[in-house]
Amino acid sequence: MRVDTVDTVIMLQGRGITRGIAEGEALVTTQTISGWGGVNPMTGTVIESRHELKGRSFAGKILVFPGGKGSSGWSAIFHMTRLAGTAPLAMVFTQMTPKVALGAVVMRIPAVTDLDRDPFGHVEDGDRVRVDGDRGEVTIWKGGCG
Amino acid sequence: MVQLTAEERAMLDGAEGAATQKAMDLLVRYADALGAERFVETDNVAGVPGAAHGFLKDYYRDQGGDYNAIFSLFDLDSDEVVEVPRMKAFSCHLQGGMDPDLWREQGMSETAHDGFVYDEEQNAEHGVQLLKTCTPYVAGNVPAHGEHCAWMESSAVVYCNSVVGARTNTEGRESTSAAMLTKRIPYWGYHCPEYRHGQHAIAVEFPVGDVFEWGMLGYFVGQSVEDGIPVITGAISNPSLIRHKHFGAAAASSGGVELYHMVGITPEAPSAAAAFGPNLPEQHFVYDAAERRRIYETLNAVGECEDVDYVMLGCPHYSIEQIAHAAQLIEGRKVHENSALWVFTSRAVKAVADRNGHTKTLQDAGAYLMTDTCSAISQAIPEGTRVAALDSAKQVHYLPAMMDIEGWYGTTAECIDAACTGRWAGRLQ
Repeated sequence: MRVDTVDTVIMLQGRGITRGIAEGEALVTTQTISGWGGVNPMTGTVIESRHELKGRSFAGKILVFPGGKGSSGWSAIFHMTRLAGTAPLAMVFTQMTPKVALGAVVMRIPAVTDLDRDPFGHVEDGDRVRVDGDRGEVTIWKGGCG
Repeated sequence: MVQLTAEERAMLDGAEGAATQKAMDLLVRYADALGAERFVETDNVAGVPGAAHGFLKDYYRDQGGDYNAIFSLFDLDSDEVVEVPRMKAFSCHLQGGMDPDLWREQGMSETAHDGFVYDEEQNAEHGVQLLKTCTPYVAGNVPAHGEHCAWMESSAVVYCNSVVGARTNTEGRESTSAAMLTKRIPYWGYHCPEYRHGQHAIAVEFPVGDVFEWGMLGYFVGQSVEDGIPVITGAISNPSLIRHKHFGAAAASSGGVELYHMVGITPEAPSAAAAFGPNLPEQHFVYDAAERRRIYETLNAVGECEDVDYVMLGCPHYSIEQIAHAAQLIEGRKVHENSALWVFTSRAVKAVADRNGHTKTLQDAGAYLMTDTCSAISQAIPEGTRVAALDSAKQVHYLPAMMDIEGWYGTTAECIDAACTGRWAGRLQ
């Protein structure tokens, strides 16, 4: 049976770790992301060898990912993406660490975690996503409408 | 919302000046993001305050581009430039961008060096101790068991938590700079005793005794548990500072390990039961001869050409014991004309190496003993390098990928042989 997903709207409830509301196109990875040595902050591009997002930029996207890994330079690299204009619009993540908490704070973007359902089962690249850091809500419009 | 003491509330209200207010404001936002309920006092902070490469200096040029501007706008994430006072906490600078004397040999420009000199003067004036190393615990800052710290640098964090039994999360530049002014850091994660129990069991069947083997085991552990807390039992011998240093650096880079327990060796693991506390092991891993060979091959997967034109030692920064060993291995020999040997350490350890004659032994052989940085941090390698040999699992994880070169992993002796012959002859025994 073909499921018409175009009009499907999914709402996930979690905890907003930073305030604000942003809406845009999702960029999704189930792999954690390194900051220092893993991202070029001038372009917002993932540069880590063998990463499934290698060569793709999160600039202006809603980044949906498990969380941060690697060097303690994570927050400083993502902080630089804000200055360079290449930061994501918002973040949805599943593993809380000081890296991603501090990174969200200094990027000054809304971020939501502790979701009531696994976001990777519901959101795909290209979906339209609204992240409400004030209410801890993530709204997903399948197929990019919304 | 994080609860504040009267003193913390006063800092947030500006009682200790604008910079401390901005620092407290950032820490409150950070603590709320983490979900921390309170702060803990720390008087041991290690970070990279005010460090400014070209991009940041240019970006903040209109606001003055000086130490106050960069510390305010970037480190403290403030919207206005404030006067930065002397740091309140005991504060140390971790590794930096170039050697203070051999920067020309590292290919640094006069402009970059001028910036380095300025940043260093400013940090000294602001009460930041210029340890300039990824190994503060070898260079004058050994925390005490149970001490609450706020450290950056993953290899230092894992040593601090695991070997010393002090308590720190892997902090970032902005949180450490704010902690320097406030003596506060969120009480969360590794600061909390209940968070420090083991999660996964590692049984070591292949005997692990020297630093080369400890490095490979560390890489295996990180790959296995990712950022979980491993409890390691079995055939591990000869624990020492340098072996823990290499083990932890490898585990932190292949996986993100910030705390490990070795039963009978590290302070929070008198027994496996004590290390696990109320936890049951989630996963079990075995390190045997086959896993050891797989790790060796993984670390050497970026090596193909056997003509080695660069050997880098000192990741993490070499201890005096390691410098003495390297000097002994190279004494009376010469670095090959097609190769180069750079050894990295801290300023404190180099002062001893100078007086011991090790620096001269290395120089006489055509090698350099450098401080402050390493090839990955400074992105400085000898001109034309295509193939590097390294005795650090962490460095072989990072450097070839960052510099687009090949890399070999082997023992210190194999690396020094490669430097003197220009050829890689490392083999797994």
